Amino acid sequence: MQSEQHPPHLEVRKLTKMFGALSANSDVSFKVVRGEILCLLGENGAGKSTLSSCLCGFYQPDSGQIFCDGVPVLFNSPRDAIARGIGMVHQHFVLVQSMTVIENIVLGTHDHGWALGLDETAEKIRNLCIHYSISLDLYAKVWQLSVGEQQWVEIVKVLFFGAELLILDEPTAVLTPRESEKLFAILRKMTTDHLSIILISHKLGEVLQSDQIVVLRKGKIVGNVRAVDVTESDLTSMMVGRPIMLRTNRKDITPGAPMLQVSNLTVLSDKGQSAVNDMSFTVHEHEILGIAGVSGNGQTELFEALVGVRDSEAGRIQLSGVDLTHQGPMDVIANGIGYIPDDRFRSGLVGSFSVEENVILGLQKREEFADGPILNRRHIRDFAEDAIDRFGIVARSVQTRTDTLSGGNAQKIILAREFWSATKCILANQPTRGLDVGIIEYVHQILLEKRCEGFAIVLASEELEDILALSDRIAVIFKGQIMGVFRAGETNIDQLGLLMAGQMVENVA
Amino acid sequence: MSELFTQAILVSMFSATVRIAAPLLLVSIGELVVQRAGIWFLGVEGSMLMAAFTAYFASVASSSLYIGLLAGIVMGIAVHLSMAVAAVTLKINQFIIGLGINLLASGLTLFLYRESFKMFGGEVPTIRPFETVALPGLSQIPILGEILFNQHIFTYLAFAMVGVVWAFLYRTRYGLEIRALGENPKALDTKGLSVSGRQYAALAFGGTMAGLAGAVLVLALTDRFVPNMTNGRGWLAIVIIIAGNWKPLPILLAVLVFAFLEAFQLQAQGIGFNIPYQLLLALPYIGAIVAMMGLRWRSEQPEYLGVPYHRE
Repeated sequence: MQSEQHPPHLEVRKLTKMFGALSANSDVSFKVVRGEILCLLGENGAGKSTLSSCLCGFYQPDSGQIFCDGVPVLFNSPRDAIARGIGMVHQHFVLVQSMTVIENIVLGTHDHGWALGLDETAEKIRNLCIHYSISLDLYAKVWQLSVGEQQWVEIVKVLFFGAELLILDEPTAVLTPRESEKLFAILRKMTTDHLSIILISHKLGEVLQSDQIVVLRKGKIVGNVRAVDVTESDLTSMMVGRPIMLRTNRKDITPGAPMLQVSNLTVLSDKGQSAVNDMSFTVHEHEILGIAGVSGNGQTELFEALVGVRDSEAGRIQLSGVDLTHQGPMDVIANGIGYIPDDRFRSGLVGSFSVEENVILGLQKREEFADGPILNRRHIRDFAEDAIDRFGIVARSVQTRTDTLSGGNAQKIILAREFWSATKCILANQPTRGLDVGIIEYVHQILLEKRCEGFAIVLASEELEDILALSDRIAVIFKGQIMGVFRAGETNIDQLGLLMAGQMVENVA
Repeated sequence: MSELFTQAILVSMFSATVRIAAPLLLVSIGELVVQRAGIWFLGVEGSMLMAAFTAYFASVASSSLYIGLLAGIVMGIAVHLSMAVAAVTLKINQFIIGLGINLLASGLTLFLYRESFKMFGGEVPTIRPFETVALPGLSQIPILGEILFNQHIFTYLAFAMVGVVWAFLYRTRYGLEIRALGENPKALDTKGLSVSGRQYAALAFGGTMAGLAGAVLVLALTDRFVPNMTNGRGWLAIVIIIAGNWKPLPILLAVLVFAFLEAFQLQAQGIGFNIPYQLLLALPYIGAIVAMMGLRWRSEQPEYLGVPYHRE
């Protein structure tokens, strides 16, 4: 920490940003001390990302001031912020997938005039990488890298531009526990080089590794504390506005007969490479099989093959003895499988459709909802209104457009639909992604209820908390293969983390 | 059919191939840069046609081929920049603007052509087109000299542009930026670089090439303007880019194949050997569809082609 007479590296005073009538940030003020890590903590929609977009010049605030080293600054575009040494690592990486790492890093710089000059620049980038112990193949195409490696590219990209204040938006969302540790080591190294960090996060464990914590709720600052002075539960109550306990009451039930049997399944990705490789597993009645792994390791392709939207190359899929290999989605649904996709607005819902249309999407041929080719609007409406009641969906009416709802409410529409049609098995891919703590609690509960009712459930999640809280057995997936299967209680985060990074562990259960 | 394969006829057929290829190559290379920058401009046919008419009118009115050439290029740039305003600044659907420009150009040039008729006293004035330029030395090479090195200056330019554009796209920082625009414009925006400025520049280049191509049709390959004389070349350019998988050298190859088909058809008709020309006209499109099927997994089609860029 530097002496008090130095102005802070960055100071925000009374910043307000409106989107129409909605205020995303109101009256936000805080300071970043040079050489420190400041964490912006808050739930989804608390205004963290908007705030950081204002700081890096991507958005222009409606009122308020920003000071850099005590000098008032005005950012009309990211160019101005970059000129002031502010670099942003976006949550959704902004890399050109078809280009090489080095091309992505030098993109937009002109240190060699018109010439590409990659080889001359490579030396400079390599030194940066060595300094921060980052290993990168500069000439690999970005699409060939794991998401973790892409994160390093983003960071090197920002450093290469000469950033002194880095803003990282949810940087650990896509990292394995081991990679997250490495990230924090790198961030600490940066602070000793007098760089400052603004870290955006909602993971309490890592938030406490920063120096200063600013808590946002509904666009306003509700807490500004030193990390050493607070505990996780203090932060949760600040963030949510009420104390919350993420605990589940998982009853001990003995699993029943085998329900979903997958044997030697191989599935190709869109690029024609094998995404799921000779995979076998069985899920029983009254059982949740957790699939732990960083996304992009074949989870999506696996689920798509199981529900019939992606054909498998080899292997068999059976549901309580019925062969579902090469069956289309209609047959799979008719056999009693429900599917919660990872990208709810791309594969689960039609954003421009109303709640009632989405809640029966795919079921429109069922006699409950249609008389021959004509939709039975009354039955559909009754069903949708019932779903809104039972699942506590917050929507003005059943006619409301779905894309105006929050992520949690949109997810509840999918739950209502899939739980109605499913009779035997539920496939849930990242069902809590991007949801608030309150809704996550709800999703956990309802999956456990279905387990009690006898469903076989496959749950893939990047959040090991989800997996450990719910699963009877845990399978770790890496590059399309199962690295190991464990009974709940016989493993821990460290072990799972190692397997998620692709390291083999002896004596698997 | 054997009379098609005498040496004199083959030489004249290949020479025609190279001549026919020139305007097609110019417009395709221009459109390649436009598409690499993320703009799917379907209006190249219209842009070329407007340029052809303008070049004709200006050269007749001024009795100068060079003024005609310049006017054609200016018109090409103007039409392309109208696309830039509509697609980049106003973010209107790119397909609709492109189709609109084609319909407008087709009708407008026909109307203006008839009006100019009256102006020129009811006759269709012809112009004295640009002469071919025999490259000293090279044109003396037997056979090859006749085919390759006794062409219009624009033909040499068109082939040279393939190398120039390749070097620009793959060997310069600005080329890297143009390619990034089509793949992920946000990667430029977050680095503080203007997305729209670069897209305007790409369209201005595309306009220069399309304008030149239109002018060449009138001022070098024929001696007058004929309504709808571009005859689908702008559309063919788009097909060629798809068939060439958005890469300069395969695009050159595709242009040569399609130009040869046309030269072959002309020659075959000339000696009374009649293949239905509709079939030959359809061949490029069939070729492009086959190419697309074959390239499905290795497609170089820019990820953000045709998607207007919004800053969320």
